[in-house]
Amino acid sequence: MLSYILQRLVYAIPIALGVTIVCFSLVYIGPGDPLSSILPEDAPQAVIDKIKAEYGLDKPIVLQYWIWLTKALVADFGRSIVTGKTVLAELVPALGNSLILAIGGAALGFIVGVVLGGLAGYYHGRPADRMFTALAITGVSVPHYWLAIVLVIIFSVELAWLPALGMTGSGATTFSFSTENFRHMVLPVIALAVIPTGIVTRTVRSSVAELLNMEFVEALRSKGLSEALILRHVAKNAAPQVLAVMGLQLGYLLGGSILIETVFAWPGTGLLLNNAIFARDIPVLQGTILVLALIFVALNLIVDIMQAVLDPRIKR
Amino acid sequence: MGAESGIVAPETRPFGLETWEQLMRRAEMRLFRRNFDMPVYKTLAVAMLTACAFGPVRAEESVLRVAMTAADIPVNIGQPDQGFEGFRFMGYMLYDPLVLWDLSKADEPAKLVPGLAESWEIDPKNDNRWIFKLRKGVTFHDGSPFTADDVVWNFEKVRNDKAPQYEPKQAALVAQRIPSVATVKKLDDFTLEILTKEPSAYVPYQVSFWFMSNRAQWEKLKSWSEYAKAPTGTGPWKFVSQTQRAKVEMVANKAYWNPARVPKVDRVVLRPIPEASARVAAILSGQVDFVEAPPPDSIPRLKSSGIKIVTNAYPHNWAIKPSRIEGSPWNDINVRKAANLCIDREGMNKLLGGLSVPSEGHMPPGDTWFGKPSFKFGYKPDEARKLMAASGHSAAKPLTVKIAISTSGSGQMQPLPMFEFLQANLNECFFKVEAEVMEWNALTAFGRKPASDKDAIAKGVNAVVISHALQDPYSAFERFFLSSRISPAGSNWGEIRDKFYDDMLAKAARTFDQAAQDAILQKVHEYAVDQAEWVWVTHDVNPRAISPKVEGFVQAKSWFQDLTPITLKK
Repeated sequence: MLSYILQRLVYAIPIALGVTIVCFSLVYIGPGDPLSSILPEDAPQAVIDKIKAEYGLDKPIVLQYWIWLTKALVADFGRSIVTGKTVLAELVPALGNSLILAIGGAALGFIVGVVLGGLAGYYHGRPADRMFTALAITGVSVPHYWLAIVLVIIFSVELAWLPALGMTGSGATTFSFSTENFRHMVLPVIALAVIPTGIVTRTVRSSVAELLNMEFVEALRSKGLSEALILRHVAKNAAPQVLAVMGLQLGYLLGGSILIETVFAWPGTGLLLNNAIFARDIPVLQGTILVLALIFVALNLIVDIMQAVLDPRIKR
Repeated sequence: MGAESGIVAPETRPFGLETWEQLMRRAEMRLFRRNFDMPVYKTLAVAMLTACAFGPVRAEESVLRVAMTAADIPVNIGQPDQGFEGFRFMGYMLYDPLVLWDLSKADEPAKLVPGLAESWEIDPKNDNRWIFKLRKGVTFHDGSPFTADDVVWNFEKVRNDKAPQYEPKQAALVAQRIPSVATVKKLDDFTLEILTKEPSAYVPYQVSFWFMSNRAQWEKLKSWSEYAKAPTGTGPWKFVSQTQRAKVEMVANKAYWNPARVPKVDRVVLRPIPEASARVAAILSGQVDFVEAPPPDSIPRLKSSGIKIVTNAYPHNWAIKPSRIEGSPWNDINVRKAANLCIDREGMNKLLGGLSVPSEGHMPPGDTWFGKPSFKFGYKPDEARKLMAASGHSAAKPLTVKIAISTSGSGQMQPLPMFEFLQANLNECFFKVEAEVMEWNALTAFGRKPASDKDAIAKGVNAVVISHALQDPYSAFERFFLSSRISPAGSNWGEIRDKFYDDMLAKAARTFDQAAQDAILQKVHEYAVDQAEWVWVTHDVNPRAISPKVEGFVQAKSWFQDLTPITLKK
């Protein structure tokens, strides 16, 4: 197992390096200029040059990459062009806020997905299966940006049950586990959970339905095992595949949803990225994308290892 | 319920449902009624009555909550970023310049009025020398007095890169706002001498964009990043706190030097909410009271909920800026006039839900500098086709033009639907309009380079749509029409080189009599319209959605607005 983990870790290094190159170069390939958002349209060239030098944007791109990479290795992603704060100071609280939504969305999505998918798989071909499958397809197909707006219209504007945006009514961006925080969480969590719910439902359904038709299940039944015990065996066999899907979904959720966080003005990484894109805040973009990508790589690694623990055949 | 208990029934919501707060309140009332006989409530009631009778009553604080379109809090140490929204919600609230804008009237364009300077005049013997008399008795929010030393220090902050307080981003943000100012010198504590590089009558306009940071506070902190944590100015609002990308809070400066502009609400909370639908949801759900730029399609919904929509024309234009470099199809005045005659501006106004003022020229109709141009636009497609035919174009042989446009952006209104409308109009007049669609930031970067730049040539772009503020003579005329202001030295993207503009604008800049200067600028405007220099389309009216409880707001004909007269109905 240790050699397997080491092997996976070694594989992750070139991936991480590739990620740094892609996320550094992508923001340069895009059109626009990071100084456009902070300088007036007709700022004199001398002033523009001075500011460029100030942010190191006057150096050749390869040199910029090298400087950025060596600093990024020690978690120094530079300073935001817009706010002047360190990228880390911007990123850490945003990451925490996205994590809160991700945990909520994942918990809701995974629980509902496993229950609905399990029921659909167990009652394969029956009305319950058709109903839950239809729900899952709807969940995957509905644009969550649209759904978020609909939720706001119904629950915030018309019914006025829940707040429409932000993390608190006062605009504070610190999660203090207050009732107010949780009320603000409800709509974004629901909007965020819809896609994972659909995907997990479909995955669990197909796994359960497939396993229930396998010979070992027939053998267990012929041995006289109860349905509950058979389902335990089925669940264990379905776990690696479902776990892989959940890991990926958790990765997506942790990255923060640009659209959901923008609609709900939730101060997470999605909103941070959205603002940074429009402001061409290159250091924030690069630092945030890199950290999120590395989290994704790490999550995949964890999922791979967990799969190997659950199903030792994967190691071979 | 209300009638029985003697308590006023809460406002009910559509579908007969109540708000979360109302539900909670109802639950509390039930609990209260059920338990009122209990001694603890009696004791509490007695205590409350006693407090009311003998103790001081702390009035409930009035808080105005504003949703800005900016994605972040504007820079707060003096010169704001985030365009004129930064000026509106940070610059003129926290700070004062020497000269201010009168934002108290909705029926006439905003004019310059004394700010930290009580008066100013040009030296009768030297056209390069201005004397500013400063207002006495003004203090910064920390109590330190404002004197001529502060103005000199603020000049060093943005012009002298050897000065300890020099801040490069601040310098960049103000550089083009005070281009004429060469030196600032203290004559005494309340008298300043400003020398200009060349005679410039626009100095009062220029200094209206230059804010005075607090020297005494910076001297204590010696750091702009520390200063940003608790900035102090002389403005009508005092900084309280700020959460980056989330909110900034200010309270009323009750000791403001102008009693007429002491804020009537106690506190204002400004929230950056760049997403338009989120801003609309925020006001509909009661999370904010004042929303900038609600999208036109949300207006009927907002009105049906009792939200007030306020608009007013202001110095803004949305126009096609043609390239005038050699070989450009727009060099033919017939083509430019035809394009201006072929746009159904009233139809465009309907498309925008009535939230625009159709252009009749470069400046909005009724502006001080509008004058009497002889070229009247109207919607005359037949006349336009005749002009195009005279220049050799026809339905079979249309003139291809390629216009760069953004998908969104500050002041761009609804760029893509508007562009499609324009395209349909112009294509009926022997044009074949193509689009080069860019994201806003990309378009502004594109617009920083002139029409002859290799990027524009490679893309085949021969016109751009970048909306503009026309707040003062420089921003309204000089930067667009002077040959010395070809991008990136100004905003003359099309590279217009016309001696008339160069001469007349130089003359206006040297004319210190306001009426005479206005007369020259009227001539410039008339000439620009008669030459059909651009294809003018419309002017924004800057819609704002305000809660019914907000009263007293006067929307000035300006990019800047004053929140100080606002009161909140209980």
